[in-house]
Formats: sequence, C-alpha cells, structure tokens
Amino acid sequence: MAEELPGTNVAAEAAGRDAFPAAGQPLLRIEGVAKTFGTFRAVDGVSLDIKAGEFFALLGPSGCGKTTLLRMLAGFEAPDEGRILLGGKDIAQALPHERPINMMFQNYALFPHLSVRDNIAFGLKRAGMPRAEIATRVAEMVALVKLEGLEKRKPDQLSGGQRQRVALARALARRPQLLLLDEPLAALDKKLRESTQGELMELQRRLGMTFIVVTHDQEEAMTMASRIGVMKAGKLAQVASPRELYEAPRSRWIAEFVGDINLFDGESKLRDGHRLVIGTRDAGALVVAEPREPVGAGRLAVAIRPEKVKLSRRGPVSEAGREAAINRLDGVIADICYLGGTTTYKVKLDTGGTVQASVVNSARIDVDVYSLNQHVVAWFTPDDCVVLPS
Amino acid sequence: MSSRRIFARPARRAAIAPYVWMVLFFLVPFAFVLKISLSQTAIAQPPYEPVFDLTAGWDALKGAFAALSIDNFRLLVSDDIYVFAYVRSLTVAITATVLLLLIGYPIAYGMARLPKRWQAVAMVLVIVPFWTSFLIRIYAWINILQHDGLLNQILLALHLVSQPVVWLSTDTAMYIGIVYSYLPFMILPLYATLAKMEPVLEEAASDLGAPPWQVFWLVTFPLSLPGVGAGVLLCFIPIVGEFVIPDLLAGSNALMIGQTLWLEFFTNKDWPVASAAAIVLLVVLLVPLLLYERLQKRQLEHGR
Repeated sequence: MAEELPGTNVAAEAAGRDAFPAAGQPLLRIEGVAKTFGTFRAVDGVSLDIKAGEFFALLGPSGCGKTTLLRMLAGFEAPDEGRILLGGKDIAQALPHERPINMMFQNYALFPHLSVRDNIAFGLKRAGMPRAEIATRVAEMVALVKLEGLEKRKPDQLSGGQRQRVALARALARRPQLLLLDEPLAALDKKLRESTQGELMELQRRLGMTFIVVTHDQEEAMTMASRIGVMKAGKLAQVASPRELYEAPRSRWIAEFVGDINLFDGESKLRDGHRLVIGTRDAGALVVAEPREPVGAGRLAVAIRPEKVKLSRRGPVSEAGREAAINRLDGVIADICYLGGTTTYKVKLDTGGTVQASVVNSARIDVDVYSLNQHVVAWFTPDDCVVLPS
Repeated sequence: MSSRRIFARPARRAAIAPYVWMVLFFLVPFAFVLKISLSQTAIAQPPYEPVFDLTAGWDALKGAFAALSIDNFRLLVSDDIYVFAYVRSLTVAITATVLLLLIGYPIAYGMARLPKRWQAVAMVLVIVPFWTSFLIRIYAWINILQHDGLLNQILLALHLVSQPVVWLSTDTAMYIGIVYSYLPFMILPLYATLAKMEPVLEEAASDLGAPPWQVFWLVTFPLSLPGVGAGVLLCFIPIVGEFVIPDLLAGSNALMIGQTLWLEFFTNKDWPVASAAAIVLLVVLLVPLLLYERLQKRQLEHGR
C-alpha cells in the first residue's frame, strides 16, 4: 500500500544515502556563524544543531538575520566566521551548486521561460540524470504536489497556489538532504495558507526529509515546526518546541513576540515555600510559582497569557485551602473584542493597570457575557504565571 | 473589456497620429521612389522620364504609365557591382552586429549588476558620446588611426610595433568606427532587459546545481533575448545602409550599398537605378524585421 505513494521511495532513498549521518548525530551543525555587511552584524555568532527529519522554523521580525542565515546555508552568502557542517563535512565555503541542499524561494523564483515540467526537471538535468529517469521523477513530483495536467504550462499561466507547488516540486526533485524554505506561504491568501501548511507538514513527514523554514509569522512556525529558533538582532534568542516557547519564554522580548501576553513589572518580595510573592506596580502583590531557573533579585516581570486569566462576577469559586494562593484582581470591563471563537476583554484594574482576558465562547447563547463598565474579578493561579527578568 | 473602452474620444483621435505620420513620411515618399525606380534616366530636369503631368490629360498619363519598366531592377541583378555591394553590406552588418553583441553584452550585464546609484552613472557614461556630433567623433577616429596618429604613437612607444601600422582605409578601421558608434544602441536595450531580470532567478539556477556558465546560458541569456533582439535590430538595420563610416574609414575598393547609392545619385546622376537599389535594400531589411516580429508574437502567445 504505502509503496504506491509517490513519495515513499524518495524517503527510502534518502534514508539509505551514504552521507546521511548516523542516528543521534545532527544532520546540520551550525557553529558560531557570523556575517557582517559593512558595519551591520546581520548574523552574530549563531550555533545550532538540526537533526535529520526535523521540521525546524527560524522565526523573527524582519531584519533579525534569519534570511541571511538561510542564505548562508544555501551558499549565497559565505559566513565571515564559524563553520557549517552538513553530515560532518564543512560546507561553509562551498558554492550553492555544490551543496546537497535545495531551497524554495520566497515568491518562488520559477523560471518564466520554462514550462512546469522543465522547471521541475532543471535540477535533475544539471545532475546528469538519464532522460528516462528524469521523466519518471518529474511525473512523480507532479503527482506529489498534485499538478497533473499542468506540465506544459508556463509559470505565468498558473495561480499563486499552483506556482507555490511547482516551486516545492522543483526544490524536492533532487531529493536534497536538507530543504530550505524562505517564507514559503507568505504570498498565499489566508485560507490557502492554512491548507498548504497542513500539506507541507504531511509531505515532510512522508518524505522523512529535513526542512528548515524561515518565517516572520509565528502562527505558521507554531503550527508546522517541531522546533523553533527565535532570532533577534542576529542572535538566537531561544530554541525550543512551540509549546515551550509559548508557555516558558526565556525573556520578556520573546514572551511579547510570541502570542499575546499581560506583563506586570515589579520586584520580588518574599518566598513562601514554592511560591514567590512579587509586588507589582499595576496589579499589587502577585503570587507566582517559583521559576525553574532561579531569577535574581531586583526588577522582574510577571507574565500571564490572556487565555489563562479567568473572569467572573464575584471571584473564583472557593476550593478549600487553595483560595489563598489564587491571584484575584478587581476591575471593570474597559474594552470588548469579539473574535468569534473567543472574546478578549480588557479589564481596567482598581490598582491602576489593565489585564487582558481571553474567554472561549463555549456556548452559542450568552452565558458568560460581560458588558462594558461591568465590575468583574480577573483571577489566575500561580502556576499560570511566568516570572521573567525585566 | 474591449480595447475600445480603454481610450476616451480625444485619445482615440490621437491614436491616428502614427498612421498619419506613416502615410506622410513613409508611404508617400516610398511611392515617389518606387515610381522613379521604374523610370529611365534622361538629361532633363528632373533627370528621369516619364514624368507624371496631371495637367496633360488622361491619355498622356496613361502613356506615362505604359512607359514604366522594371529594367533598373534587371540591371541590379545582372551587374556584379550591385550584387557585391549588397553582399558586402550584409557581411559588414552581420560581422559588426556580432562584434557589438559580444562587446555590448558583458558591458550591459555588468551595468545591470552594479549598485543602483552606480547604474545611473554608468548609463550617463554610455550616452555621453552622443553629446558630441557624430561626424566630429568619426573625424576624431581618423586622427587617432592615421599614420602618425595616437594609436601608432602608443604602439611605437610601447615597442609593440617597429613601424607605424596602416589603420586608416582598412576594414579594421571601419569596424572600429561602426562598433564605437553603435555600441550604445546595443547596450541600452540589453541593459533594460537585464536590469529588469530578478537576480534571484540566477540564484535559483545555481541552487539547483547549475555552475555559473550554465546559469548564464540556461537562465540569464534566454531571459535577455528580447533585449538581444532589439539591440541586434537597432544596430543591424542602420549598419546595412551605413554610408559615412565606411566612406571615411574604409578603403574604396569595396563599397557598401549606401556608398553605391550615393554614387548613383550624385556622381552618375542616375536617379532611377539609385531608387531601384534603395527599394531592394528596403525589401532586404524587411526580412529580419518580419522575422523578429513573428518571434515576438510567438513569445507573447506563449506568455498568455
């Protein structure tokens, strides 16, 4: 059954390749790589291991160096410092056409003078593959990305989604050890982007190939990648799974960059077993769970995701013995943002600050609907808080 | 929507302008030349007969029509001078155009890959020779190429030659002059297409395993073909009819068709033969033009 899928023999071939690193070894090792343009340090000492079969995302705002890093992996830029090891071999200075790495370009970079078939076959012809084999492989790729019947079209006779598929097929045709994707979905509209995300993940799993995707869209990175590297000003700020990145951001900047968050600046006041009490300017004293990595004294920030803030009219229903540990903040509803699945309330606290609470609209008929200026209690548990150095 | 809706009324009237221009300045003169080419020389004013005289009545006009003949065209085919002149013109034009392409392409490519602000500077440098009169520039070349001219002085000073080389009145001098004069016409259309091309396409080709020379032949060059076509036509067509440069720089043993035309008109006062030669030249030049247009149309159809 599985053998009939056009992609499976690709995976088998990839797995059997000599250059493929032994289990446990990283496929790609980036060691202290840096790149300077003039006086601008675009990539500043990045080290990173990527395992075979991973779907890795480089996430960051524009200008953070993620594209430069990707271009160094493809060979379009040579690093000023550091090594790039692919299967144990340093390829930092190798030219793009000498690397077993292919790239899917932002805006696709399809050859406008070549048909879909010739675009996909381009890399195979350069590899000196026999004609008959090329024809088979192209047919395989066309089937893989579901472009049957469009082989003779030129790129400008295709829709955006179709062009994206051609670009993907062209990059996959050579069965690279590593596929780089530069903002692969940025040019698609929202609906198509979501369905294509799923297809990319499914394809990556099926081919067992290693993908590195560069994106500025955190939702895209969270959905597709098994691991995310967040870049800021040329450095890797955090490398973690999507869940860890969201629930345990390492810095205030990451907490704010990934998703929405409420932040309360303050100072550590006292320790009570596994709890810390932090005095904040805007929300009074907050009880938080002690962080895994001890934070120093001095200025701290308490971070809480909006969906972890609960609202009620009279405060949390008391649970014996736990009530004392729950943070409750009184305030009035200052703003309501209905988003369909959820509603975001902005609560103006009596202590001065504001807190955002995201409430799931779990019933069709109004159950927990608050109105503007209504008095509410916003509450959350110590475990839902993250303490960050300020 | 239909193209008719695109133009408002005044714009539609303005769209006639090119046709009026064509009729007034191409078709009407062409008809005159065609008529003269079918006439015979005469020692008269004008120096050919018959002359259409609309005041002489219908019968005289009919007689004049009957007196037209294609004898001049027969002469063109039968006399070697003309055939040689055509062949020489085409040979010179083809050779010069190939040279222009070989020299112009790297220059245009280099310009297109310069940083944006330097591209404007390079553009001005390409155009700057036009600020001096064409004739003065050709005379300057005579100066450079003559027996004790700049070129020979440099060669002698560098001990590359032991005696002055004869440059002037050779084909080499003519080719230098032609290439020098027409280079901007080759560079500018090439530069325009190459500058428009996205460099990421070349990156994509090298990413897919193409070494630099394949990147050029498989991606850069095919995508620059519209510019190559425009540059080749802009150079080839006027070079075929070129008169000044071969007359001033080349020897007088082999003439191009432009020079032959000049001789017939001004030295031999044989307007009819000169006109016939001009008509044939026009027909010869129409061939590459039509080919180019067909090629472009096919490209457009593919693009759709």
